[in-house]
Amino acid sequence: MRAWFKSGTPWVWLNAGAVAVCMIMVVGLIGLIAVRGFGHFWPSSVAEVEIVDRDGSRRLVLGELVRSQTVTAAVARDAGNYVPEDTAQITRYLFKEGNRDQTGRDFVWHTEVGMQPFRYPDNAFVIERREWGNFYGYPLHLTSAGETIPATDVRFWNTLQTATARSIKLHDEIEAIERRRIGRINTDMERLRLDKRSLELREVSGAERVIEETRIAERSRELEIEYQALRQELDLLYKSTFRDTLRMLTDSGDEVDISLAMVVRVTAPNTLSVIDKAGEYLVRLWEFLTHDPREANTEGGIFPAIFGTVTMVFVMSIMVTPFGILAAIYLREYAKQNLMTRIIRISVYNLAGVPSIVYGVFGLGFFVYFLGGSIDQMFYEAKLPAPTFGTPGLFWASLTLALLTLPIVIVSTEEGLARIPSTIRQGSLALGATKAETLWKVVVPLATPAMMTGLILAIARAAGEVAPLMLVGVVKLAPTLPVDGIFPYIHLERKIMHLGFHIYDVGFQSPNVEAARPLVYATALVLVFLIVALNLTAISIRNRLRERYRSASD
Amino acid sequence: MTTETDSMNTQAGDATEGKLTTPFAGGLAENRAHSVDMADETTKIEVRDLELYYGNDRTLKNINLLIPEKKVTAFIGPSGCGKSTLLRCFNRMNDLVDTCRITGQIILDGKNIYDRDVDVAELRRSVGMVFQKPNPFPKSIYENVAYGLRLQGVHGKRDLDEVVERSLRAAALWDEVKDRLNDNAFGMSGGQQQRLVIARAIAIEPEVILLDEPASALDPISTAKVEELIYELKEQYTIVIVTHNMQQAARVSDYTAFMYLGDLVEFDHTEAIFTNPALKQTEDYITGRYG
Repeated sequence: MRAWFKSGTPWVWLNAGAVAVCMIMVVGLIGLIAVRGFGHFWPSSVAEVEIVDRDGSRRLVLGELVRSQTVTAAVARDAGNYVPEDTAQITRYLFKEGNRDQTGRDFVWHTEVGMQPFRYPDNAFVIERREWGNFYGYPLHLTSAGETIPATDVRFWNTLQTATARSIKLHDEIEAIERRRIGRINTDMERLRLDKRSLELREVSGAERVIEETRIAERSRELEIEYQALRQELDLLYKSTFRDTLRMLTDSGDEVDISLAMVVRVTAPNTLSVIDKAGEYLVRLWEFLTHDPREANTEGGIFPAIFGTVTMVFVMSIMVTPFGILAAIYLREYAKQNLMTRIIRISVYNLAGVPSIVYGVFGLGFFVYFLGGSIDQMFYEAKLPAPTFGTPGLFWASLTLALLTLPIVIVSTEEGLARIPSTIRQGSLALGATKAETLWKVVVPLATPAMMTGLILAIARAAGEVAPLMLVGVVKLAPTLPVDGIFPYIHLERKIMHLGFHIYDVGFQSPNVEAARPLVYATALVLVFLIVALNLTAISIRNRLRERYRSASD
Repeated sequence: MTTETDSMNTQAGDATEGKLTTPFAGGLAENRAHSVDMADETTKIEVRDLELYYGNDRTLKNINLLIPEKKVTAFIGPSGCGKSTLLRCFNRMNDLVDTCRITGQIILDGKNIYDRDVDVAELRRSVGMVFQKPNPFPKSIYENVAYGLRLQGVHGKRDLDEVVERSLRAAALWDEVKDRLNDNAFGMSGGQQQRLVIARAIAIEPEVILLDEPASALDPISTAKVEELIYELKEQYTIVIVTHNMQQAARVSDYTAFMYLGDLVEFDHTEAIFTNPALKQTEDYITGRYG
């Protein structure tokens, strides 16, 4: 036994065990998120089942089976269900019945008592709508371009898909006009208003004022005409989208008209083969990644959140890298290594341990209200009292995170500089280089891998940070992206959406918990992948640099 | 750092004529009587009453020494005797150490290099240095050699090409690397790296080259090549070399200084030092009785 201990084998087992536990935790976490999150996009079959309702009446239920669970009879009775006396446990099923506009609740539990076997009828349709969530029902007929085609007609399915595609295309056109062209007119109008206001503020008078006012008046007339033209175009398009209507039968026997203008997608999942479903899955996943959210973020995609997160991390990197590197170079290369430097260094290192919400509060107070307020006073006076930079936004969020990650960059850069062998510095100095030349031509290039390491850690930290962002620029729903086609193209003052905050918002602030749950997992997985992707990019850059300076630090 | 600047107008020709006596004021008493015949030599560097302190430790004690032009002068002595420190005084590398303090003078071509008006970067351009461990920059072979020239503002491709080739030829490296000038210098062997570093030093055409145990990290074949190179370089340059290896000192140098615990114990023609040392202490060291 003693020999076994001496041999070191227990240590090997202990260490390997620690690694194994870590691996299990990481794989388990990612696996759980992946299954729960990405399973959501798989088109599940629509079940039709006869149940006994709480009041004892029988009725038909059409919907997706979300999950089932076994509960004790007492719990089921407390929930108002009928349970026979002699049963101790009972299984209940959660159905996604949709039709929120009809019944008011789209997720409903039904107990197994009196439940008939599940059926999967081919004519069960799932209609994804722009409002009110999914609709589940049976098709009756489609009214398209004045013609009524019953569901039994052979042309029905194809006509329906064509009509849907048409209405989606019209919807995209409308959105493009509203976002881009009307957005541009609004921006121009706003600019004119500001010009006028600044005329008043600067107290311009006389001929200059007259000329300027005439220009503004003329330009706004032009814009108004342009706007009216667009408005007419839009009205036509709107009318056109409401051309087609689909009549559906619900599980409770009501007939409902659904305008195709409200429809995102119509599927009959029970008729789909596995390959069809896989295709459908990819389409939905793609939509999730590239579309805007709908329905208080519980439907649609998360593209603005992905875009916001990436933009913010980029802006943060651009700000933190030069500051951190310059500070580290000064601390390590130029500052005298005395008590003062030690105090500064310890303070910087300790900044890394300050809770992030503190940075958020600081960012709000100093950056947003003080700096932003001053910027508004100086450069955006005409716009006041509406704030431009004096309100949370992308720039302040990035700056706050830059501050948060500054110590990380400083520490790694300093370590990198300290690792450069003194012989290389001396080699340069001995050739008649000054200290600055040595630093910029030899030492700093050699330390770039370490700087990249710092940046990688900073990105990993910043991309996952949520708490301070809630105070300094991240919102539940941002109307516009921070980058678009309107001058100056990058709008640092705009509010952004963020994946981390999106998880919190969808998961805990959403009115529809069941609908939001899978999106929380999916968003979490996207966030994890995004951070991994950002890190891998930075790591590959670093490795390339390292390869270049391979054995310098040997 | 304190620098004594009492005599600004040292004559360059001071030591050029006649039989000179090198006084060993700080050493053992009997040194004083010893004198070196340097009649045929021109003095390149003169060290006068040099004292060097690291904090409160006196590391070099009253060194007086003449280093002849276009000859190889070797410093030998046991570890910690101050020979590398003395070498580093010649291009003011000791300036980099915060606690280092120097008194006395080192006169290079009639000018005290510790004078206040001396541009250290300028000085180091004329006094090149090669270190114990090869320290090429993380750049291509070409860029390593061109580094010093670029610092001086030489950017013409043709000028650089010419100097790079000349330097690499002078360092006996051209034939080995001419086809891979753009490869990273770290891909070379240790011996090649050391010759590259020598090429880098001579590319800026210094007058003096300081070699700090240049072969101690090399294998015997590379060592032989470096020694051969030193032998050739003395045609053009004044060379000062620090070495642990007494055979090496005997092979490559014309003059040898033996140092011990911060004192310059004995300085003479290499032949004299190794065959007929004036002092028992030198003899004991050379014959391996201590050190």
